[in-house]
Amino acid sequence: MNIHEYQAKKLFADYKIPVPTGHMATNANEAKQHAQDLGGNTWMVKAQVHAGGRGKAGGVKKADSKDIVTDITQSLIGTSLITHQTGVTGQPINKVLIESTSEIQSELYLSLLVDRATTRVAIIASKAGGMDIEQVAADTPEQIINVTIDPVVGIQAYQCREIAFALDLEAEQRKQLTVLLYNLYRLFIEKNLSLVEINPLVITQQGDLLALDAKINIEDNALYRHKDLAALYDSTQEDEKEHKAREFDLNYIALDGDIACMVNGAGLAMATMDVIKMHGGEPANFLDVGGGTTAEKVTEACKIILSDLKVKAILINIFGGIVRCDLIAAGVIQAVQDTGTTLPIIVRLEGTNVEKGKDMLTQSGLAIITADDLDDGAKKAVLAAKG
Amino acid sequence: MSILVETNTRVICQGFTGKQGTFHSEQCIAYGTQMVGGVTPGRGGQTHLGLPVFNTVQDAVNTTGATATMIYVPAAFAADAILEAADGGIKIIVCITEGIPVLDMLKVKTVLNDHYPDVYLIGPNCPGIITPDDCKLGIMPGSIHKRGSIGIVSRSGTLTYEAVAQTTSCGLGQSTCIGIGGDPIHGMSFIDCLKLFQQDAQTEGIVMVGEIGGTDEEEAAQYIQASVTKPVVAYIAGMTAPKGKRMGHAGAIISGGKGTAQDKFAALESVGVKLARNPTEIGKRILECF
Repeated sequence: MNIHEYQAKKLFADYKIPVPTGHMATNANEAKQHAQDLGGNTWMVKAQVHAGGRGKAGGVKKADSKDIVTDITQSLIGTSLITHQTGVTGQPINKVLIESTSEIQSELYLSLLVDRATTRVAIIASKAGGMDIEQVAADTPEQIINVTIDPVVGIQAYQCREIAFALDLEAEQRKQLTVLLYNLYRLFIEKNLSLVEINPLVITQQGDLLALDAKINIEDNALYRHKDLAALYDSTQEDEKEHKAREFDLNYIALDGDIACMVNGAGLAMATMDVIKMHGGEPANFLDVGGGTTAEKVTEACKIILSDLKVKAILINIFGGIVRCDLIAAGVIQAVQDTGTTLPIIVRLEGTNVEKGKDMLTQSGLAIITADDLDDGAKKAVLAAKG
Repeated sequence: MSILVETNTRVICQGFTGKQGTFHSEQCIAYGTQMVGGVTPGRGGQTHLGLPVFNTVQDAVNTTGATATMIYVPAAFAADAILEAADGGIKIIVCITEGIPVLDMLKVKTVLNDHYPDVYLIGPNCPGIITPDDCKLGIMPGSIHKRGSIGIVSRSGTLTYEAVAQTTSCGLGQSTCIGIGGDPIHGMSFIDCLKLFQQDAQTEGIVMVGEIGGTDEEEAAQYIQASVTKPVVAYIAGMTAPKGKRMGHAGAIISGGKGTAQDKFAALESVGVKLARNPTEIGKRILECF
């Protein structure tokens, strides 16, 4: 789960990681008041959206008067920000962060993430701060510093020194970085993060380290341990259908095509999308109804995929192991009756209670097309979508 | 022969008296798995499904001589259950539980690597392992399997069933099938399974089902080139998956341009692995190898 920059910086402050002073505003009056309270002559106004690339997209601006703070805030709030990380519709801006400005000597990059290859938490650092780090890694891999932490002993001082020397830091900054890394690692572990990124981590004119930006991703599987963080979930930053799916504990991802899919199992769901594409169709979504599903969840899943107005056909592909085919059939029939949809529905059922499931669909009187296997189902769905 | 589990494997279940543990233990017993008991802390001394319940894995191992376990405890307690199994002397740990926090698994993995090098962990977030007709530890439907010559290893549950159904209907059947799980940090890798299948006399061919995310398939390709002489057929799910989106499994995500299905297919093809670009052609491809 992503959180906003202002929320991430609050966590940083809690863990004594230096951040600029700043306050979140939801309207121009609040923004002006914050600028007044912060003092100084210049301020940063930063759009709060769950996406990177805000600066280039015009979501981060410097103001050299309080009136300009007001103007920028007004121009941002209520609009959507389109960056290279958002879709074409962009992300809605409901909040801005007003911050004091800093005089910058140089910019660094710092992040912590779970590295699956080494099965450890990795610290990634670079002197090329402020840049797109994936581009840096691709073009100049020698500029990337990578240190991994043994989860049993945790971060060690020598590792912090290694990073600091590789970043060519002065003695005072090396000390600051060691403290910062210890605190950042503690935050990462204690809050079950899957990513924390500071880009840029700046060295100010005074020679101090300062986290100018903050990006935090919390591992969904661990949210039950952190009710305070779970409460930061911002549904406005999610696709409406994905948000709805989350409520019902369904794995759903909206895509651009016109063939809706409902599948059990993530791997089979991806495979279903692939086969649709192979036969010249475009999937409208990824949807895994999961192992421990119920007829109610299947009905909700159907309603979510049907709420996508681009959809012209529905392909249901179930290989029942734990999931019983009759339960799937009951859920589908209920959803069709509830929504009154007239779209073609292609169903491929296999596995536990398959005959019972097929009988229920046949006897329902609904216009359901049955398929022998995944390939057959995908072909029929592509044909149906072309209408 | 087969790999890891066979007809005499003595199996316990952790989370034995819970809903999932009960249902799947019943299924495994019905399949013929030699279940010898289960563990539910606080219910030691009771009998469940006609088998003894123990408070700890250690007690269960001491009394029954179990060497394998299947774990159905909730995600919050699963990492603890895996470590308890290893400490109790279990050699094959199958963890079905999904949703275990990744930082918990980092610790488990480190402890297993450092202190229990001879323990095999399968999963978490996986369907389990089955040697047809002999032993089933997991949630897969037993009826689709048929004893035979193909070893199957897969990151995805229901896609494993696809591969199983196709190898059954083409007549080859399976030696052993292993679902290694969809999490980014997991126990046995493709390489671990390939190594065992290569050594196993019953296994004549291998089906590998991968998916986007990570570099396990690319590493497997290098291993196949160096050490596997048996025919291998591979399918990779997620050709059409968008970048940066987690496709259901925590491990199935294309990030930083790495882990695409295209890369994985190419790596496997370059070392002579036969590709099933369409998942419904897995059976056909493996049959062509004989």
